[in-house]
Amino acid sequence: MTTLLAAQGLSVGHGRRVVAAGISFTLETGQVLSLLGPNGGGKTTLLRTLLGLIPALAGEVRLDAAPLASLSRREVAHRLAYVPQAAPGGFAYAAREVVAMGRAARLPLLAAPGARDLALAEAALDRLGISHLADRPVTELSGGERQLVLIARALVQDARCLVLDEPTASLDFGNQARVLREVRALAVRDGLAVLMTTHHPDHALLVADAAMLLHGGAMTGPMPPADLITPARLRAAYGVDAVVGALATPQGERLVCAPLVAPP
Amino acid sequence: MRRGALAWGVGVAALVVAVLGALAVGRFPIAPGQLWAILTGTETGTPAIVFWNIRAPRVGAAILVGASLAAAGAAFQGMFRNPLASPDLLGVSAGASLGAVLGIFLGLPVAAVQGLAFAGGIAAVAAVAALSSVVRGQGDPVLVLILAGIALGALMGAAISLLKILADPYNQLPAITFWLLGTLSAATREDILAAAPAALLGLVVLLLLRWRLNLLTLGEDEARALGVNTTALRAFAVAGATLATAAVTALAGAVGWIGLVVPHMARMLGGPDLRRLIPLSALLGAAFLLAVDTLARVAGRTELPLGILTAVLGTPLFLWLLVRARRGGAA
Repeated sequence: MTTLLAAQGLSVGHGRRVVAAGISFTLETGQVLSLLGPNGGGKTTLLRTLLGLIPALAGEVRLDAAPLASLSRREVAHRLAYVPQAAPGGFAYAAREVVAMGRAARLPLLAAPGARDLALAEAALDRLGISHLADRPVTELSGGERQLVLIARALVQDARCLVLDEPTASLDFGNQARVLREVRALAVRDGLAVLMTTHHPDHALLVADAAMLLHGGAMTGPMPPADLITPARLRAAYGVDAVVGALATPQGERLVCAPLVAPP
Repeated sequence: MRRGALAWGVGVAALVVAVLGALAVGRFPIAPGQLWAILTGTETGTPAIVFWNIRAPRVGAAILVGASLAAAGAAFQGMFRNPLASPDLLGVSAGASLGAVLGIFLGLPVAAVQGLAFAGGIAAVAAVAALSSVVRGQGDPVLVLILAGIALGALMGAAISLLKILADPYNQLPAITFWLLGTLSAATREDILAAAPAALLGLVVLLLLRWRLNLLTLGEDEARALGVNTTALRAFAVAGATLATAAVTALAGAVGWIGLVVPHMARMLGGPDLRRLIPLSALLGAAFLLAVDTLARVAGRTELPLGILTAVLGTPLFLWLLVRARRGGAA
């Protein structure tokens, strides 16, 4: 196992306003690390800092042992791929073209994707089981399909570390499960290091090796999801009661987290 | 890829028809049959003289101006992710207009007016870029750039208005007004040769960068996460678009509307991929401005300004396309 992404004593925020401080974690190959936290808690700010889109206010981020601040955009993209939320709208590019855009950091300034890049794009679509969507405009795809296209785009970027921003947000039940299965496969099968933010503690229990909770300007964890996700912490972070318990499944017993709704 | 073939077919056909039409009408029509004789040198009489000295330069000028404005507009709309963007978004037209109006006001010769227009367009965008890099801070760089362009554009508009008030109302003011609406009636072969290198250089820059400019349509964060140095890429593309726009504005005056509307027509025809959209916009822009300029020559007793005709013809055509293409992709 190699450490691909590491934060040490990191403070994140905008300008001089600190959103969260004292963040330290490491992410290794073959590992899924899940980032939990309520809206407005600083998850997005942390992700943007890790991607080098905004500077760290204190502390350091290391990418493949190199200080993030010392790397060019191209060098960052060689090491770290980003999967944004599959927001609707945008331009009606064909899915294959969107995936090929992931080759930007591997191509010279004036070059467009060639046959080899398009073959890689096809392979990535195939790898995610959506090669039949290659010619479809992404604006016509469902949220789940668009999310898989964006994951394919990150794959052709050929980086060993993957950052996904709420990959299951706005997806239906089936697509959530499909995307989570792919996220797990990327770590286990391809040996990628995966950092994923999520709104669902249960998703962290389902696929993550470690989880951390960003709330009130401070980070709890990382630690095993089963240790992190407790009713008391969820109550403090999200203000709702929840239960965490073991459920017998065909794949064995697993922890499940579900919210409780107070009777009206 | 059938859509691509169709789009290219329509673009090329439109340009061919516009060229043949432009040659065939006017005070001295040149039929397609005669054209062959002229080009092969078997016809050397009056038709050849008219063709080489009057008609061909004007057709060439219209093609250059239309192609440059439309390609620059397509690049701007993509990279600024704004369907309302046009080449004058960052003040190139306002700067070129101020330069030309100043030249006319001072009674300078035509070449100097054109030179001032070109320099004014480049200087305006350089000032906008410098201003936005000074005030940028943590803000959205694209928004700051556009707002700086609007602010400086308003200032230059005020300066133009002042010069119009001060200008001689019998000679200078009509010349200024005509220039501000655009015309090719005075374009000579020398004018075109002076404008062509800068315009073509700008076009080549946009064509070479066209795939990478697609990445800017994803938005600042996504493009940077994909490994794109967005600041440098945007600077190259703005420089290319500005070079082309300033050069043709110096040649033809401030022809509005083409850079805004033609890219939309091209997008409805060929989709949003800038690899196709930029060259297709250039093709359609050339055809459209050539058709408009031909009409400007023959429609009235005196030549009509291009800016009026591009708006009068472009608006209904655009609205018709808009109604027809409601189902196709994002605007």
